[in-house]
Amino acid sequence: MNTLEILFFALSAFAIVSAIMVLVSKNPIHSVLWLILVFFAISGHYILLNAQFLAIVNIIVYAGAIMVLFLFVIMLMNVKNEKEPQKKLLTKFIGVISGGSLLVLLISLVKQTSQLQGKQVLMKEGTIGLIHPLGKALFNDYVLPFEISSVLFLSAMVGAVIIGKK
Amino acid sequence: MTILALDWALVIEKLIMIAIIVFASLGIALYTTFAERKVAAILQDRPGPSRAGPFGLLQPLADGLKLIMKEEIIPNAANKWLFILGPGLAMTASLMTCAVIPWGSAIDIFGRHVELQIADVNIGILYVFAVVSMGVYGIMIGGWASNNKFSLMSALRAASQAISYELAMGLALIALLMTTGSLSLKTIVEQQVQGSWWNIVYQPLGFLIFFITAMAECNRTPFDLPEAENELNFGYHQEYSSMKLGFYLFAEYINMIMSSAIMASMYFGGYDLPFFNEASVAPNIAAMIGVGTLLIKIVLFIFLFMWIRWTIPRFRYDQLMGLGWKTLIPLALFNMLLTGAVILAKL
Repeated sequence: MNTLEILFFALSAFAIVSAIMVLVSKNPIHSVLWLILVFFAISGHYILLNAQFLAIVNIIVYAGAIMVLFLFVIMLMNVKNEKEPQKKLLTKFIGVISGGSLLVLLISLVKQTSQLQGKQVLMKEGTIGLIHPLGKALFNDYVLPFEISSVLFLSAMVGAVIIGKK
Repeated sequence: MTILALDWALVIEKLIMIAIIVFASLGIALYTTFAERKVAAILQDRPGPSRAGPFGLLQPLADGLKLIMKEEIIPNAANKWLFILGPGLAMTASLMTCAVIPWGSAIDIFGRHVELQIADVNIGILYVFAVVSMGVYGIMIGGWASNNKFSLMSALRAASQAISYELAMGLALIALLMTTGSLSLKTIVEQQVQGSWWNIVYQPLGFLIFFITAMAECNRTPFDLPEAENELNFGYHQEYSSMKLGFYLFAEYINMIMSSAIMASMYFGGYDLPFFNEASVAPNIAAMIGVGTLLIKIVLFIFLFMWIRWTIPRFRYDQLMGLGWKTLIPLALFNMLLTGAVILAKL
């Protein structure tokens, strides 16, 4: 075991424990705070892969902005852990179906990992996660998907403004 | 066994540097509180703190002692863990910013070449952004865990203010990064040392936007809505006492120092002393002059922060949001387009 492997396993354990805590915490605020720790652990993995830009953007966007909004909504709604309202049967049914399809998707991903057996991860080297190669790749090879997704964001923003004006 | 094959000399060097910078920031922050009271006194034509020691110079020590000796109170209905975590997080986030600031060029000491910067990562500025966005959690968690509606309101205000002004800050920054072509603070400063002009010449509008948003991110008047005492009593730290309150108050001053250092590095040449040829003196002395120059620039910025605080009254909340979303963001977008057009025209 070298230093990198120790770091990798420590971060993985940290991520998994935090992810479990997200699920088992009774208080929704605690869940959100554990989720922030999961994002930190994942950013640590990005840094091990020498993807510094991805790591920091992960923290800025997910831990820094989206999770603040989560906290915001939960604090404003003042969700209490005891008084969770009983869901309707239809809602439960829809929840089971969507959760089940996510599970099928994840299982299919796990099945694909058999191809990765005996392959080494590029630790500490590899440049695709640095800002220059990533920018070049986004604006040369993937320019169309990139622009289309930006239009998607724009439409979401317009929708939010319209809802806000009502 | 190569479990910990580290360059121990480098580790020790960095640890010493971290200790020096953290303690220096704490010391400067201590005396910034004193300077704030003195500046306020001068602007309001009164003597200010003058009893403790000569010219009142021991006043910050007396204040610190008072805070430490106060009783620790954790409200019964508060969430204990998060109540303690809040001020710790606020303090950690504000101190972490100093990791990427280049405090000077390099010095040679005991045969080692020591860069006066803790980490020269190639995403320096984004790192600062990430840490700043973490700082909001200290306020939000503290305000929520106090279980007090005023604290909660204040925490929500702080969070929405921080998120709104981060956008304009990021857009102002993008225009600067378009001209420098690098995210590393060291590279940005070196470009200004070697080049003929500081970045303020190329980005005056960008700097103005950045300065205003930095003031809002530090919760300084006229943007100190989260602690507006006439509507929210004392804001998010109302339930706090003793050194936990002290941490919140201190974190604000450290934020001020760090944002001054970042503005000095990005727009005002960092450790570059104008009209002075660094090659004309020994490298170590030149580096020390550089550190002194940066400190003077930081002090000037802090004075500017205080001057504004004691001159301009606080905004109303809707005015604050209006300024952020309807003035600063369009202005920053315009600045970005202008910079892009100039760069294209030069190609």
